[in-house]
Amino acid sequence: MLKIKNLHASVEDKEILRGINLEVKAGEVHAIMGPNGSGKSTLASVIAGKDEFEVTEGSIELYGEDLEDISPEERAHMGVFLSFQYPVEIPGVSVTNFMKTAINESRKAKGLEDMPAKEMLKLIREKSELLEIDRKFLSRSLNEGFSGGEKKRNEIFQMAMLEPKVAILDETDSGLDIDALRIVANGVNKLKSKDNAVILITHYQRLLEYIVPDFVHVLHNGKIVKSGGKELALELEEKGYDWLKQEATV
Amino acid sequence: MAFENNVDVEHPVHDVRTAAIKNFEEKGFPSKKEEAWKYTSLNSLQKIDFSIFPKQENTLEYKDVKRYFLHEIDSYKIVFVDGIYSSYLSETTHDGVDICLMSSALTKPMYKQVIDVYFNKIASKDESLTSLNTAFSREGAYIYIPKNKMPKKPIEILHFSTGNEASLMLQPRNLVVVEENAEVQIIERHQSLTKNEVLTNAVTEIYAAKSAIVDFYKIQNDASTASLIDNTYIDQKDKSVVKVHTFSFGGKLTRNNLNFYQNGEFIDSTMKGVTILGEKQHVDHHTLVHHIEPNCESHQDYKGIYGDSSTGVFNGKIIVDKIAQKTNAFQQNNNILISDKASINTKPQLEIFADDVKCSHGCTIGQLDEDAMFYLRSRGIPEKEARALLMYAFANNVLSSVRIPELKARINKLIAKKLGVNLGFDL
Repeated sequence: MLKIKNLHASVEDKEILRGINLEVKAGEVHAIMGPNGSGKSTLASVIAGKDEFEVTEGSIELYGEDLEDISPEERAHMGVFLSFQYPVEIPGVSVTNFMKTAINESRKAKGLEDMPAKEMLKLIREKSELLEIDRKFLSRSLNEGFSGGEKKRNEIFQMAMLEPKVAILDETDSGLDIDALRIVANGVNKLKSKDNAVILITHYQRLLEYIVPDFVHVLHNGKIVKSGGKELALELEEKGYDWLKQEATV
Repeated sequence: MAFENNVDVEHPVHDVRTAAIKNFEEKGFPSKKEEAWKYTSLNSLQKIDFSIFPKQENTLEYKDVKRYFLHEIDSYKIVFVDGIYSSYLSETTHDGVDICLMSSALTKPMYKQVIDVYFNKIASKDESLTSLNTAFSREGAYIYIPKNKMPKKPIEILHFSTGNEASLMLQPRNLVVVEENAEVQIIERHQSLTKNEVLTNAVTEIYAAKSAIVDFYKIQNDASTASLIDNTYIDQKDKSVVKVHTFSFGGKLTRNNLNFYQNGEFIDSTMKGVTILGEKQHVDHHTLVHHIEPNCESHQDYKGIYGDSSTGVFNGKIIVDKIAQKTNAFQQNNNILISDKASINTKPQLEIFADDVKCSHGCTIGQLDEDAMFYLRSRGIPEKEARALLMYAFANNVLSSVRIPELKARINKLIAKKLGVNLGFDL
């Protein structure tokens, strides 16, 4: 469903992605690992359509459609979801109102009427229970004063509400204690189906014990330098990234 | 303009008026040469030949102006049409509190005691436009809340101009006296109903006695040919709490002179404003808080969103007298410019003579946060709606202290309308 071909991307003339090739099919879970500064978060942002990054070469296709001229909101309507590494605080807009707006805007784009209030409430209740989110939490301003863990859990709650086709989780595991990690992973696993795909971006193999990937890719210096099955993650955990860096330069 | 021919020499406040005329004649209209009027020019308004008293009495039907009232709730109403009191549209009371007219308060003996103590006492004798109002005002709202009383419902003061006069200058004069431990909520609105030019030069005096609570909401969403100079003077005594919210969404030229005098201790003064302008609109917020006694607080929070060729001014003056130790004075003015042609001049003016005080001020002028925009858009919220949502969120802080829910909902809707979007949730 998602095809990335020879993707090059720059920010302010500095090339960060230098030819990424990746194909993600429905039903698959891909993990992208790699040291700091290897381009993992950039890849996530470029897929979601952040215009700070300029795609200089190559392409991203979703369901065969080139995303080049597609806005972030249209990508969201097509089913792209990015769980942010650093979710932005929006004072004055409650989590509930934010979700209502997001869902109804997506429906509008598809020519559907607003979701009836009752249905919306039911959906919010279901999904917040899935992620063990307190009801009071939902009336708070979006991300304002949330702990790191609360922010990440809220991201996955949004994912559960929006039911994307391709979910990219950018370091969703960082800042989570073991209980929160279990809740988040459990949520992601329940949302997984044969029709959607998950891309996990992570530093550590810890998350992959809970969400088991079909493929693991190692990103270094803006390129995928190695791909393998889930056992590659274990190998990385054991040996670190240095051997790959050397392998890549050779 | 030949004002002096219209003065009623038999009037009980004749001496006050004579002095006011003299002051206005000496000073005239303020010009841009004066520091306080540097960014707001009255030149174009002075070229218009305004009549200061309407030639005829004009009437309005409630159904035609209902939308300008906060009709979702019950309220007392003091309504003026072209400066003349409309008993037909009003609902006044003398039941434990006096909610009625300035003209009767100034002439009837039963109000003399209050008038003698309060009328034209806190209002400036020096400022020429206030003098102009003192000299020529015939009408306005008179609100007297005795000790420990609170009116059953909020009070709406509405000034309509019908456009039946080619161009009209209005001089409404309000007096609000809230005695010890009493409370009142007031909503004031000026509304022009046609495209004819209107200039309103309003003066409001508010006296809050010990432990009194006053909420004053100013809704400025007038037609593009209506200009307003609002001069509000507030005298506060010990432990009183006065909040003034100013919502400036319309009009041609609006100048708000909002002056707080803290004549007591443990006083709380709050000034908040949301300004959303477009076209060639101009709003100038001039605030003054004079901390005269120790242990008082003042809070100022003004948010502005400026589009098209609109211009804004915020000038916030805080004076802390030497004796006013333990003063907490906060001032915040944040602005977003959404057009290259829009501009804002913001200036804090702090004169602090005490040494044990906490004063903070901050002003920002910026665009919307790009990271926040991307976050919202990545959730499927289109650019225009994302922008509106962020601007709504930006202004929202100011609304949190609005204590009449129906008014808050109304302001929310005005904000959404002004930003040109229908947000996906009930505001």
